[in-house]
Amino acid sequence: MTTLTDPPKASFRLSMLIYDTRYRSLTFQAIAAIMLALCIWFLGNNLIQNLRAAGLNISYGFLGDPAGYDINQRLVEYDSQSSHAKAALVGILNTLLVAVLACITATVFGVIAGVLRLSNNWLVSKLMAVYVEIFRNIPVLIWIIIIFTIMTAVMPAPRDFRGDDATAGMVLDLFAFTNRGVYIPMPYFQNGIFANAAMNWILVLAGFVLSLVITRQITSRANAKQEATGVRPRTLLPILAAWFVPFAVLMLVMGLTFEVPALKGFNFKGGIKVGGPLIALWFALSIYTGAFIAENVRAGIQAINKGQTEAAAALGLRSGRIMNLVVLPQALRVIIPPLISQFLNITKNSSLAIAVGYADITATLGGITLNQTGRAIECVLLLMLFYLTASLLISMAMNFYNASVKLKER
Amino acid sequence: MATPKDSIAFVAEGTLPQLDPPANSVGPVKWLRENLFSTPANTLLTVASFYVIYMILGQVLPWVMNGLWTTGSLSECREILQGETGACFSVLTERWHQLLYGFKYPASEYWRPNLAVVLLLVAAAPVLFFDLPRKLLIFTALYPFIAYWLIWGGTILAPVVGLLGFVGAGLVFRTLGRDNFALGFIGAIGAALVVWYVGGALIPEGASDNAVLQAVPSRDLGGFMLNLMLGVTCVSLSLPLGIALALGRQSNMPLIKGICVVFIEFVRGVPLITLLFVASVMLSYFFPPDSTVDLFLRVVIMITLFSSAYIAEVIRGGLAALPKGQYEAADSLGLAYPEAMRLIILPQALKISIPGIVNVAVGLFKDTTLVSVISMFDLVGMIRGPILASTEWNGVYWELLGFAALLFFVVCYGISQYSQWLERRLATDHR
Repeated sequence: MTTLTDPPKASFRLSMLIYDTRYRSLTFQAIAAIMLALCIWFLGNNLIQNLRAAGLNISYGFLGDPAGYDINQRLVEYDSQSSHAKAALVGILNTLLVAVLACITATVFGVIAGVLRLSNNWLVSKLMAVYVEIFRNIPVLIWIIIIFTIMTAVMPAPRDFRGDDATAGMVLDLFAFTNRGVYIPMPYFQNGIFANAAMNWILVLAGFVLSLVITRQITSRANAKQEATGVRPRTLLPILAAWFVPFAVLMLVMGLTFEVPALKGFNFKGGIKVGGPLIALWFALSIYTGAFIAENVRAGIQAINKGQTEAAAALGLRSGRIMNLVVLPQALRVIIPPLISQFLNITKNSSLAIAVGYADITATLGGITLNQTGRAIECVLLLMLFYLTASLLISMAMNFYNASVKLKER
Repeated sequence: MATPKDSIAFVAEGTLPQLDPPANSVGPVKWLRENLFSTPANTLLTVASFYVIYMILGQVLPWVMNGLWTTGSLSECREILQGETGACFSVLTERWHQLLYGFKYPASEYWRPNLAVVLLLVAAAPVLFFDLPRKLLIFTALYPFIAYWLIWGGTILAPVVGLLGFVGAGLVFRTLGRDNFALGFIGAIGAALVVWYVGGALIPEGASDNAVLQAVPSRDLGGFMLNLMLGVTCVSLSLPLGIALALGRQSNMPLIKGICVVFIEFVRGVPLITLLFVASVMLSYFFPPDSTVDLFLRVVIMITLFSSAYIAEVIRGGLAALPKGQYEAADSLGLAYPEAMRLIILPQALKISIPGIVNVAVGLFKDTTLVSVISMFDLVGMIRGPILASTEWNGVYWELLGFAALLFFVVCYGISQYSQWLERRLATDHR
């Protein structure tokens, strides 16, 4: 007779908590949980005691109080009577402004430098190597200060533009580079369709979207025809027309004009003023991050097997189409993930604005508001929350992109 | 009978000597044609590059060549130069010590940080170059305590107690950790804490007053030495922390993995400046009420946490790049987790991660300039603060900023060249 015996039921011993792999991880996690709880209790207890000793509490009510300080560079209405929350909003918008501007220009610099570094012109490739090494190996803070110094100490004062013996002049009679900032012409509509200026610009944006839609239509039709007949119709002229015609019509109808800055009194009036700190931060972040992006671009292009180019050439493609159809689609898969993490770095490095007095979120909420209200914990927590949200959003975009270009394998 | 020789006017006897290739396809001319002037577009680029180089050198060279090194103030420089272009490098010679050590470090003690830097090179050598005798690592282990004592002075008992704590921890780990790693590890931490607590209580009050080396408050160190000390301390502290975090993130214990993931993602999501704000205005709220932790230590804590998160991600990449067979091989040899990690996984994973770790280290060293934002007087803080604000040197921007840039460039470029050398050196795969 066979009997099924249960596996030996070892009675649970305390030493099994350490020596038995089944229970050991539970022990470790329990220890970790206790340590974590102790840490939190220790820090929280210290915090409560310190706050009580200083007569403080944690409250976010200060955000509604009037801020009482002015901000020069702003994208929305703000005056010194506005609340701290409004000041923080101005700061957030300024952070986003400089981050977006710097992302665009850094990409342009990076792509140009990265491609030129692979040039078969010895001098150009060496020059680009020098650019990359110099900018990567010097702290971005020093670059920001250097460009800020150029903007404030080297640029002429507005009074140098005055009179017949003026030592400085406007570039093309349109742009004025002064030590108080750069003045550029401001476009506006004389007879806009809407009374609100912003609505008119949204209309222009809608025009661009229309152009984009038409362009895609033209391309897909050309593709369909090529599939069917083998002959690709010429698309260059229709596409140019699709971009140019709606834009030109809108501009003509609404009467686009430029308000050119002019010297009035002690300063330039009219046009758009771009402050020195913004330019310093923007340009420094662009050239610094551009050097890193250049390396990513170079690595991405070099990562493509030479056989791919040769195979495409053997198929009879011309060099432009080899680049467009074979090399770039593969290289972009390598280039874009590090590119997006460089964008993340730009956003985080824009917090260095505080060193040159650009009113980003770190300078408003983490600087003046913190010093005026003394609400250190609340301000720093809000600041971290903002950057954390921005970072998470950007890395979400990156994951989304990575998933969409992932090699589809069986 | 007529031989062909008679009837034909000319017959070549033997071959002609070879001619030299045309002048434009050898030597420098060939090189120039191929590398600089191969196509019209390339020629244009070359000319443009030469123009750019000419513009930059034309501005910079006269400025550097005409530089003055011995005047006492900027106005003196301007008097001597008489409106000609020229740099006023005298600010570097006159404020040399301030740029290197900050403006509060006692002048009679400058030899101490100097000696510490020289010893740093000695201590770093066996870590950086494997061919050196391994016995030198003993000095590397002792170096942090020597450097602490040299730079901040005071009683020698403090670093000695610190060292004894580590020695005690090591002894406990050897005895307890032989058969159980976890027990040994926890015991070692306990032993170190006990030694430090007892030792700290035993150091008499005022022991630093008449010490051999005069005590220097930590706030008094500034200049480039502050950048250097912050960089070295934080990188070396964040390496073990980063390894622990990376292993924690790979762990299959959900709680430990969760803690590590939240910590790493949080730290990587915020800029260093906000963490420095935490150090300068917020961290003191989290310490026991009557304790005073000085700013330098608070900054070291925050920068270490910051860089450990980045190093953890680099090492995680190295761990993930190892073939799964390595983990399985370690398991099938019957190795427990600590041995498998120490003997098989980490040596390979760390080797893969070296370039990434060096990148983080270089980035961190550059980021130490950010402490100037929370009013510590590092190199950038010294330049923007006391030196440019002084009446003698108000307006000497380029000399000072150029000097700072040059200093950082030399160090960072050196480190990255070393890392490339190391990569070639460690490449054991055959290509």
